[in-house]
Amino acid sequence: MAVRAGRALPFPARIARSDAALPLGLLAPSIIYLTLLILVPVAQALFLSIQTEQGTFTLENYQRVTNDAAFVDSLFNTAKLLVLIVPIQLTLALAMALLINSRFPGHGIFLYIYAIPLAISDLAAGIVWLSIFGDTGYLNTILQGLGLIKDPISYLSYENLHLVLMAIVVAESWRATAIVMVILLAGLQLIPRDYFEAAELFGASRWRRTIQIVLPLLRPSLQSALIIRTIFAFQTFAVVLALAGRQFPVLAYEAYDAYANLFNPRLAAAWAGLILLMTLTVVVFYLRVFKVSEAETAR
Amino acid sequence: MSAAATPAPQRKSQRRGVLVDRILLYGVAVLLALWTLVPIYLIAIAAFSEKVAVFEYPKALLPTRFSTETMEFFVGSSGVITSVKNSVIVALGTIVVALALGAPAGYALSRFRFPGRDAFQLAVLSSKMFPIAILAIPLAVTFIDLGLYDKLIGVIIIHSAMVLPFVIIVTAGVFATVSRELEEAAQTLGTSRLGAFMRVALPLALPGLAAAAIFAFVTSWNEVFAATILTLRERTLPALVVASLNQSPLYFKFAGGFFLIIPSLFFIWFMRKYLFNLWGPGR
Repeated sequence: MAVRAGRALPFPARIARSDAALPLGLLAPSIIYLTLLILVPVAQALFLSIQTEQGTFTLENYQRVTNDAAFVDSLFNTAKLLVLIVPIQLTLALAMALLINSRFPGHGIFLYIYAIPLAISDLAAGIVWLSIFGDTGYLNTILQGLGLIKDPISYLSYENLHLVLMAIVVAESWRATAIVMVILLAGLQLIPRDYFEAAELFGASRWRRTIQIVLPLLRPSLQSALIIRTIFAFQTFAVVLALAGRQFPVLAYEAYDAYANLFNPRLAAAWAGLILLMTLTVVVFYLRVFKVSEAETAR
Repeated sequence: MSAAATPAPQRKSQRRGVLVDRILLYGVAVLLALWTLVPIYLIAIAAFSEKVAVFEYPKALLPTRFSTETMEFFVGSSGVITSVKNSVIVALGTIVVALALGAPAGYALSRFRFPGRDAFQLAVLSSKMFPIAILAIPLAVTFIDLGLYDKLIGVIIIHSAMVLPFVIIVTAGVFATVSRELEEAAQTLGTSRLGAFMRVALPLALPGLAAAAIFAFVTSWNEVFAATILTLRERTLPALVVASLNQSPLYFKFAGGFFLIIPSLFFIWFMRKYLFNLWGPGR
């Protein structure tokens, strides 16, 4: 190599010999695949959403979406879900992560249990909670058995939309707390053990230790958990479908409905375009608020 | 902080404090475990009881009416066996495509500093941000043109795109834990770069790669939206269950829900070692 280095090589060979050739060659398949299957479809969807059936350009699809009663409802529903679910999830996940991180004897089995919902789909979670919140379900059985209610309650009926909301909040908190826990647990690994020990040495109570030392250090992880959960909140779909059907409109269902039931891919693309817009808006908003580099939040 | 330095009574109260701490700790841990497990237990007894038991009220909270009738009905329902088979094929296909594409990229990220490395990493991470709806809908249109609509390969293609960013990041973390020196040592002993990778790095990385594969399987097995949009007859299991949510009886849903959960219990067990650093590998 060293001997031949001075000689000018033909162009392709020069690239092949350069240091960047091997890594770029290894990355190329992924870059091509992700471009073809993520960037191209996104562009295509946006293009589709501003087309009429005849192929001329129009804003009609977006007008139809924003004039749809389900649009405002689904936005509000998503916002309600976010506001209710995120604090519950963060609290539960933080408790789980702190417990596991203290590495008490037997923490392994508890970590396994807490992580199980990580592999449970939103559809399955919706069905699980359907068996609990259904009219003849387990919750009514238990509450009536304890004498807390006289008659079974219809949690999932359109007459009790706030109960429907509650059921979805519980189901989503149950399912998606695991991913938040995993994010926080990874964040806790980065905090040196000395911090915990030093705080203990100075006699800080467990509670104060958590609030004053762990939480500030955990900020990046809390932020990425918040971003991830918000992004996925706009995609809530099967959990709602299994528990509430159409009574509780969400954006992803409307996109699905436009495609699968109305056979209108352009309208569906407009719904999807709005989901993307919401997602991007929220991510940019968070990045502004948190004032951290993208690389850091994306972790 | 030697024990001898503390007076006896204080030591005693300290010990009691430790005991209270312990009880509190296990108490909270057990409560959180019940919060996770009880719903799974309940759907399991709903799935393993007679069909009529689904409509009974009040419900039995213990598996006193154990029966495989509901599960048998579910498995025997038209399309279920085929959809399970389809789900497995799609998930395995997703593993193959995502690892074949992603593992080399992960290896490159862990071994080389090259121009554009950070930009690539950022692009990979932000690609997770795109909602599945905006990928699935135009792809359905494209797949109809290409003759890939309602074909399992179409679902494999989109599921691979969904898990590829994850696989790249995880494999980068996995290879980062495999010592580079070992690979170099093998090379000085006369193997080629490829030989060193195949004989040294790959075997050492295998458990981590298996965890990535399991995660790819789970993501694909659970994915509802794209599978429902991209198929009509060649349904995966979640697509079949979602499409029939309106018409199917409760016992079918409960059995289906439980069936969908089963793999999660095993998969998380297999990757439990990686849970600590699942979200921040190699740091």
